[in-house]
Amino acid sequence: MSTSTLSRPKPENLRKSLSRTNNNLSGWAFATPFLVFFLIFLVWPILHGFYMSLTGQSLTGANDGLIGFANYAEALADADMWHSLGNTLYFTVISTVPLVLVALVMAALLNVGLPAQWLWRLSYFAPYLLASTVVSLFFTWMYNPQLGLINEFLTGIGLPRVAWLNDPNVAMWAIVIATLWWTVGFNFLLYLAAMQNIPAQHYEAASLDGAGAWRQFFSITLPQLTPTTVMIVLLQILASLKIFDQVYQMTAGGPAGSTRPVVQYIFETGFTGYRLGYSAAISYIFFGLIVVVSVMQFVITRRRSA
Amino acid sequence: MATATITRPAPQTTPAKKPRIRQPRKKMTVGRIAAIVVAGFLAVLWLIPFAWATATAFKTETDAAAPDVTWLPPSGFTPDAFVKVFQDGNIPLWTWNSLYTSAAITAITLVISALVAYALSRIDFKGKKVLMTVIIASIIIPPPVLIIPLFYQMLALNLIDTSWAIILPQVIHPAMVFVLKKFFDQIPRELEEAAVMDGASRLRIFTQIILPLSRPILAAVAIFVFIGAWNNFLWPFIATNDGGLLTLPVGLQTIKSAYGIQYAQNMASALLAALPLILVFLFFQRQIIKGVATTGLAGT
Repeated sequence: MSTSTLSRPKPENLRKSLSRTNNNLSGWAFATPFLVFFLIFLVWPILHGFYMSLTGQSLTGANDGLIGFANYAEALADADMWHSLGNTLYFTVISTVPLVLVALVMAALLNVGLPAQWLWRLSYFAPYLLASTVVSLFFTWMYNPQLGLINEFLTGIGLPRVAWLNDPNVAMWAIVIATLWWTVGFNFLLYLAAMQNIPAQHYEAASLDGAGAWRQFFSITLPQLTPTTVMIVLLQILASLKIFDQVYQMTAGGPAGSTRPVVQYIFETGFTGYRLGYSAAISYIFFGLIVVVSVMQFVITRRRSA
Repeated sequence: MATATITRPAPQTTPAKKPRIRQPRKKMTVGRIAAIVVAGFLAVLWLIPFAWATATAFKTETDAAAPDVTWLPPSGFTPDAFVKVFQDGNIPLWTWNSLYTSAAITAITLVISALVAYALSRIDFKGKKVLMTVIIASIIIPPPVLIIPLFYQMLALNLIDTSWAIILPQVIHPAMVFVLKKFFDQIPRELEEAAVMDGASRLRIFTQIILPLSRPILAAVAIFVFIGAWNNFLWPFIATNDGGLLTLPVGLQTIKSAYGIQYAQNMASALLAALPLILVFLFFQRQIIKGVATTGLAGT
């Protein structure tokens, strides 16, 4: 091996010999398969979707042609649109706090060094692997007003029955509980991975200084986790804004539209209302919201790393 | 044998990680016992839905619908619900549909993402910066925004009610491209230079040097993409009406109306649907956890 490398030209000359045109060709050749899919199934739909939002396109094929921003004007005056957007924001606000806090608690508990780590990880994370439909079947059954396990427990400790999915004041919380059970394991894993990356010396130094477990958690673990926490919170907000599956399957947006999120409203105006153009306009209003949150995230994370 | 004993001392510098794994083995303090109690309480809470679904699935329909909520039904446990659900054949069909669409999505995603990531990591070509910026920017696009134009596009391409309608739009994962690029960036260039000197082509370098060294990250991306595809509901729900093509999550959605108030059968279906990924998780726990942890933050 060593003799063969000696007899060959030096690497610098070789890199020059790979000419620029050669690089341009191979670079784009490697990028092409991805680019084809990217252009057809992402770039084109996002552009065409915007064009559709400016038309009266119907699912039946009828099209009133370009109507400017009329769909947007109508959407901004549409009480149902605002209601569904409000539901989405409400869900995002009330779900993010427990989804981050419970994940943090779970990871902190395991980080103490409990035996049988796999068992805890399995029980906390396994629900994340389930399809939303499975989760919805489980929880619809547990929320059943008459036969459900949860009401049985409530009456057992002397509390009244709750119409979990049928009471407009409670239904969104029922969705939050199911979502917490389903997805908290993902945040839990991210926290656990981050905690295990904190150097042990920090803790050793702290315990030499006489800091107890609580003190160590609040003075070392939490501050070290701040970047992770920021990321998890922002990721969670973006994920919660996209809520659709479990609501559609558990309450279909009811009762009285109290849980209908904006994605469901997009789906309904497009596929049951046949108004693709109008539906596309609402999609873009929703997209605008996501862009605002993402830009905020970008600014926050940029400032942190700067 | 002799060489083995000589070379052995060298790797001993690497197990520096060991102490951290052992670190948790501390004395049983009050704090640790409290932690176990709280963790145990949470674990029980998190396992109850599984346990309750299992208990229900093994009941007779009469017992499941009885006004008394019991863990131990008067008529005892029976596998009837599972037998009935399995006999009507939908669950195996839907599982198969989910399996091959998710496998196809994962395979295509891996191939096209790894290729473009290699170009972004290693080749200096004109327009690279623009390409990179466009792909980064596209991470922001939420899939629900695309459902209307994508559906229209699938209609135009005549792909509605084919598996391609489910598969094709799900193969673009810009965030995963960057996970792969980041990993490729860390592979020492010297490894490639030797191959270039031997006259190897880019494609050969990619397949013979880069890919074999990237197995852990390829596995992580594959796991992340597969789980996402397996559980995706909204797009497959829109893309197919053909009962023969339904994926597991979409098929299950039809069950509630089909079985009405057949609680035991509902729970048996849900459990059968949950089984494949749970089994996979039990076997590949370490890889899945690592995969999710390494790729999980990439969506940002």
